[in-house]
Formats: sequence, structure tokens, C-alpha cells
Amino acid sequence: MKIMVPVKRVVDSNVKIRIRADGTGVDTTNVKMSINPFDEIAVEEAVRLREAGVASEVVAVSCGAEIGQDVLRTAMAIGADRSVLLSSTTELQPLAVARLLAAMVEREQPSLVILGKQAIDDDCNQTGQMLAALLGWPQATFASRIAIEDESATVEREVDGGTETVRLTLPAIVTADLRLNEPRFVSLPNLMKSKKKPLEVIDAASLNVDLAPTWITLKVSEPPVRMPGVLLDSAASLVTRLRDEARAI
Amino acid sequence: MTVLVLADHDNQSLKPATLSAVTAARQCGDEVHILVAGSRCDAVAAAAANVRGVTRVLMADGPQFADGLPENVAQQVHALGLTGTYSHIVAAATSYGKSILPRAAARLNVGQISEVTKVLSADTFERPIYAGNAIATVQALGAIKVLTIRATNFEAAAIGGAAQIHQVATAADSGRSVFVSRMQVVNARPELTAAPIVVAGGRGLGSGEQFKILEPLADRLGAALGASRAAVDAGFAPNDLQIGQTGKVVAPGLYIAVGISGAIQHLAGMTDSKIIVAINKDPEAPIFSVADYGIVGDLFEVVPQLMAALSLEPVRAD
Repeated sequence: MKIMVPVKRVVDSNVKIRIRADGTGVDTTNVKMSINPFDEIAVEEAVRLREAGVASEVVAVSCGAEIGQDVLRTAMAIGADRSVLLSSTTELQPLAVARLLAAMVEREQPSLVILGKQAIDDDCNQTGQMLAALLGWPQATFASRIAIEDESATVEREVDGGTETVRLTLPAIVTADLRLNEPRFVSLPNLMKSKKKPLEVIDAASLNVDLAPTWITLKVSEPPVRMPGVLLDSAASLVTRLRDEARAI
Repeated sequence: MTVLVLADHDNQSLKPATLSAVTAARQCGDEVHILVAGSRCDAVAAAAANVRGVTRVLMADGPQFADGLPENVAQQVHALGLTGTYSHIVAAATSYGKSILPRAAARLNVGQISEVTKVLSADTFERPIYAGNAIATVQALGAIKVLTIRATNFEAAAIGGAAQIHQVATAADSGRSVFVSRMQVVNARPELTAAPIVVAGGRGLGSGEQFKILEPLADRLGAALGASRAAVDAGFAPNDLQIGQTGKVVAPGLYIAVGISGAIQHLAGMTDSKIIVAINKDPEAPIFSVADYGIVGDLFEVVPQLMAALSLEPVRAD
């Protein structure tokens, strides 16, 4: 069984972002970039399934600028066998990415695609569901546990107020939530070894899919700032303030 | 312009977030239809018909919708989208809405605007990006605007409508997915995303056993319990309590953060709260930068003192 894992290159989660002064977006020049943390969890899960003998091959795919090869190297250092970059210099929104990935699924014929549930830059939480729709495959979002047996995937999902378990007929789409696993530490030797693994670059335009944006970003601005608060010296004065000033209790 | 709202429900009652979706829908168009796809969901359809601003309830009733499988519900939404009636399709950004709506959007060949926090016009919306560290103003381009909305940013629509309930032709079961089981956490406290007061604990609580000191405080205030990702990852609290970028977004009237340092991912889930209280022993903790009231101190001393001070207060009737 082959597993495909799409990965996105995003501003590292520990970086405090800067909004461009002209309001056109978030400044990503000279900023540390990393593999989207949820995608890292997806890669880890796919690699574990291969290590357990459930999967035979793990293929990582990324869409975007050529520089995105670095996150594919990270995916291969975790254990993906090979990777493909669908290169494009235009902004790719979730529907365009889903269309590109659908074209890759046609080519690679995986039985399972595991994606991160959302990217931590645009926080869209769409691509996996859209890919499932385009392929007509079943989906399980927000996975915290995946079990593969025969021709099905049994997936535990984190939902509002608890968890839910569904069984999908393969081929299927699963999106990874935080508690699916804890990705392994990428060691330097593994990072070096990943440089020898195959990384294919394909011009996204050659796949003949519609990459048009579905929205225009008119402005990116700072969130509203809260007024500075006061430090109190006792719980009793807090209760007084909450009662008389804030009228919150 | 007619807007279709996808109702989130459990076949018995309408999830409160759906009322916020109706409010957002009314800001997008003049007529609001609401789709209740479920199994034996008459009570939900009746509740939806009673929401002010809803002009029609579309009831898709069948066993294939019993457990909200996205394959089947998205197919139903897709079929309604194809009728050409709808300018917008809106759902609350609950785990149900988030699973189903992007699937329906892609089938309709349009994009989705996720977690909308403000409707500026019929096609222009505000939404947080980068865990709420930036606000994007976006203009949707598709023939149908598909949106999930953040329920805490829209008031619940009032009760007191009288919409007609129409049965609609139901989409078939995809046959590719089966619901197996559900584990719902049951407690007497209010639901986290709808609670007027939230008491949330972080890594500072130190253990699952010590996390429990927040329970009497929450119960005294009629509050829901929440947790930071650090507390959930450490196993102090179950994951359905997680507040933040990847957990739940809350905006109660009062948010009491106990032993929470205030990582940006956590702040993303609670900074819209009206009043924020922070209790933390580290005066440099970022949580204090968003707090209206702060107490720097050992939470294991402050929380009992807070309980003692509250015990002198009359219990509020509402």
C-alpha cells in the first residue's frame, strides 16, 4: 500500500510574525520557515505505518516555490521514501492545491492520503476535505488514531465534546490532529541521508489544472490590541473588581 | 439573495452555534433557508423553524444522515447548491461544519472562506490568520460564497420565528464510510463554547489530580472548564477542553486563566473574551499582556483564597 503525504512550507510556529506596513500581507523574508506542524504529524504517521509493514511506500508532495524542497527533505528525513514538488510561483489557495494533489493521486495511485488538518499560516482547514471531494473518496478529519485493516481505515476523530470513530473504505483521506502522534526528532545523519532520496520537481502548470484563486486578500492588519490591565494583590480585591467594576460575576 | 445555513445538531436539538450562523447569514442576504440533514430529526427541524430570520427549513431525513457523515451531508449540500437558489452557504465552524463545508464547496467548484469573524459586505469578510496574530480582509470570488463562521463573533439569532418546513429529496448514502461509535464527555457544566464564564487551567496546575482544584471554582461560578494545549498534552485534562488555535475558540464574558503562560496559540482561542483574569506565578507570562486583572502568585494559594472570597458573595440567580 502506498501512502501520499502532502506537506506545506509555513512560517515556523515559534516565529512572531510581522505584518507588512502597507497591509498587503505577512512579511516572510528572512523568516525561519518549517514544515507545517500538522503535516509533520501526517508524515510521521505514514512512516510508522510503513515501519509496521502496513504501507510499502511513503511519498511526500509539496506545492509552491522551488525553495519548498527543504520541507520535502525534512519529510524524507523523518522517513518518507521519495518526494515530488509541484512548482509554482503564483499563490496557491486550498482549492488549487486540492486540484494539484488530485492530479498527483491520479498519477501515484495511493491507497491513503494523510494531510495535516490545517496549515498554521492561513488556518483554512480545507485542503483534505476538498481533495476528498474532488476524488469522491471518503474522509476522516481531525484524526487521533488510525488503524488499517484489509481494505478499510478505522479512524478515531477529535470532535466537539469528545471523540468519534468512523470506518472508511480505502482509498481514503485522513487529516491529522495534534494527538495522532509525536513526530520523531530529525537527526543530522537522517537529514544527510534524505539528500540522497529522490526529489522530483514538476511544473505545476504542466498538470493542466485550474489554479485560479477563489478569493482576493484586500488587506492584512494587526488584531485589535487589548487595553492594559491592572495587577491586584489579593483574591478578595479581584472579587470586588469583578463584581463592582467589571460586573462579570 | 438567499443564504443556505447548514444546521449543526444531534438529531434532537440544534447546536447553539447554528444560531450564530443564522445571524451571519442574515448579514449576507435577505432570505435564510436552513438545512437540517439528519435522521428522525423532526424536533431539530421544528427548532430551526422557530429561529427568527429563518424563512424556510429544508429537512433531509434519512438513516444516511444519522451521524453526520460528511460524505453524505456534503452531497446533500452540493445538490442544494446546484439548484441555483443560493448566493451563500454558511455553517458554524464546529467540527461538523469544518468537515462538511469544504467538501461541498469543492464539489461546487468554489472556494471557502473559513472562520469568518465579520461580514463586511455580501462578498467581503474578515477572518483571523496566523493563529489570530493577523486579520485578513478577503473578497470571495466564486458564484456561491461558502463560509464557515466563528460562532463567538456573531450573536445568536433570537427565537420566535415561524418558518415553513419542507421535506427535500435526500442524497444517497456514499457507501464508503460507516459511523462506528462516539464518546461524548458528559458533565453538568455548560458547554465550553457557549458558557458565560470559563475557568481554564494550564501547565502550572502540575498534574491531572491538581487540575481538579479548578472544578469547585468553575462550579461556584457556573463556568465551563477549559485547558491550554500544554495542559492537555501533559495529560492533565481531556482534549475536548483544549482552547486555542487548534482547539476551541471561546469568547465568554469572563475568562479566568489559571497557571496558563499564554502562548500565542492559546491567546488565539480566548482574546475575544470580554474580561480576562490571569493567575500566574511568573510576572513575565504573556497572559498578563491580555489580562484585565492579574494576580501574580502561587495558584495553589490564590485559587483557595478566591474560593473563600467568592463564598462571601451571593450566588447570582442567572
